[in-house]
Amino acid sequence: MAKRAARAPLDYLGSPAIKGWLAGVFLFLYTPLIILILFSFNDSKANIVWKGFTFKWYVKAFENDQLREALFNSLLIAVVVTAISLVVGALMAFMFWRFRFPFKGALESGMNLPIVVPEICFGVAVLLFFAKIGFPTDLPYPLNLSQIIIAHVAFAFPFVAIVVRARLESFNPELEFAALDLGATPFQALKDVIIPHMRPGLIAGGLLAFTLSLDDFVITFFASGPGTVTFPVKVYSMVRFSVTPEVNAASTIIIVITILATVLALRAQKPVGKES
Amino acid sequence: MNDNDTIIKIEDVSKRYGKVTAVDRVTLEIPRGEFFALLGPSGCGKTTLLRMLAGFEVPSEGRIIIDGIDVSRVPPNKRPVNMVFQSYAVFPHMSVFENVAYGLKFDNVPKADQYGRVMAALADVKLDHLAERKPDQMSGGQRQRVALARALVKKPKVLLLDEPLSALDAKLREAMRFELAELQDKVGITFVMVTHDQDEALAMACRCAVMDRGKLMQTATPSNLYEFPANKFVADFIGSVNLFEGTLEVDEPDHAIVYSEELGGRLYFDHGVTGAGGEKMWVGVRPEKIEMIKRAEGSTPPTPEDAPAGCNVVPGTIRQISYLGSESVYEVDLDNERRVRVSRPNLSRWDQEDFTWDDEVWLRWHGDSPVLLQN
Repeated sequence: MAKRAARAPLDYLGSPAIKGWLAGVFLFLYTPLIILILFSFNDSKANIVWKGFTFKWYVKAFENDQLREALFNSLLIAVVVTAISLVVGALMAFMFWRFRFPFKGALESGMNLPIVVPEICFGVAVLLFFAKIGFPTDLPYPLNLSQIIIAHVAFAFPFVAIVVRARLESFNPELEFAALDLGATPFQALKDVIIPHMRPGLIAGGLLAFTLSLDDFVITFFASGPGTVTFPVKVYSMVRFSVTPEVNAASTIIIVITILATVLALRAQKPVGKES
Repeated sequence: MNDNDTIIKIEDVSKRYGKVTAVDRVTLEIPRGEFFALLGPSGCGKTTLLRMLAGFEVPSEGRIIIDGIDVSRVPPNKRPVNMVFQSYAVFPHMSVFENVAYGLKFDNVPKADQYGRVMAALADVKLDHLAERKPDQMSGGQRQRVALARALVKKPKVLLLDEPLSALDAKLREAMRFELAELQDKVGITFVMVTHDQDEALAMACRCAVMDRGKLMQTATPSNLYEFPANKFVADFIGSVNLFEGTLEVDEPDHAIVYSEELGGRLYFDHGVTGAGGEKMWVGVRPEKIEMIKRAEGSTPPTPEDAPAGCNVVPGTIRQISYLGSESVYEVDLDNERRVRVSRPNLSRWDQEDFTWDDEVWLRWHGDSPVLLQN
């Protein structure tokens, strides 16, 4: 008999010490969030002592017209940004996947720039850009959100492009040939074979763009004109006076929306069985 | 061959990619209803030729005529041919039924007729009970049948098959050979198959074209390819052969003799050969056409009865034996160390015991066995 089988690194997950360490890491990561969510149900004006369970802060948050308006703006912006980013990002991914052209490598790395540039720099750049071109700041609602939308698309679509590009790598080119061979025009082949293959990437990329837009603060802060306010910006302005449980409640709502979107995104990326 | 019986005419077709010539002036005619194979080592241009038939590549020169129409520049979706791809390329997001029905919607087949045609095509490949399956729930062999049904349902004038059996395991491959040949018989459509596997081509095809480095080497029936190879490449590529370089000594209308230094003897042909005297050329002798006889010290060469004295017989010593069950393959060294391969069927259960290592033997063959090969 062998004394003891050699252990692979992951086998150590079973040992109590490692389990404890793992629990510690999760505790460190999630305690702030849990406290935030917990105190959104606290029947007290201060975020210090637990007095009892209540939904009143949620009611109050919903009754706050400005907060509601900000949430609606954020959702509206996120939906429009997602739609535009999907189209632009998917086209970009398709272009880099399909065609060869000069400076392709440089351009493809350049596509990642909005992802790696610090948000604050991007925000300042956006602000300068809109000032320089004299973008109208007195558009009627909801057109006055277009600055934010443009800024969001600029940093969100590369995420879509990267996810879709990665997905396209696994495309079997013979599938497209097969569609053409069976009588499809090149456009029909794109619609019937390539886009269905891209779909998980599109869903994941779209949800990424949605959540990025929904909770962006820095760039929005610079891009928003007078009188346009989004949810994160509104929460920030409320916090400046005091951290009330109302802010907790509002934040919890955003967290829930973000988590839901992320879970959906992960699900969409999961392969649905093996493909030929 | 009358024009009406020819389904594919390839006229002087070349395909160049920059400086590389993938297909070099190929001319070929394929009769209607034939099972035709394009055979050759990888990179010989057979797949490029197939892709030109399908319409995925446009010939640099020459014309491709399918059923009397020049299709050289017709896009793939407008050609009366369909293809079974090497990876099968079954659409993963569609059910088997949807896969097979996909091509019909471009042919303006009424919805009412589609169901019947799809199910009939699936029945042809024995998959009608799996119509609702998704491809990811199927084996490789089943997916190949889907690809076959999907192509055949369009009733193409030609079905193209790209290495159809290469992705299957050995047992299934063997079974599919017969099934494909039977299917072709049943549907009566011209099949053009590309393969690098000579057994596959010889077993299934009515005729094969052997290609090498973009050029067509020979087009013939499987048995003619094997027994009457046109050149050294074909003789060497199809099956196993002993090749001897030599010069033509006697060149008469009804017989010929080649002297080969390599063999250390003379090869007699009981028929006339084409080739100028004195020129260097190659002679091929297949291993199974060589007879092995035990040799005693100082015995006279047992010249075969149909050859002049001293021809078609050489002494040697057995060096290696591969026992393969139905036959044994012997590697025999001639006196000049030149190795010759001889195969011998094990007709009785004791035949393999007739010869053993280091046995001294005579090798001899009949006057109709050697083949003269142009370079």
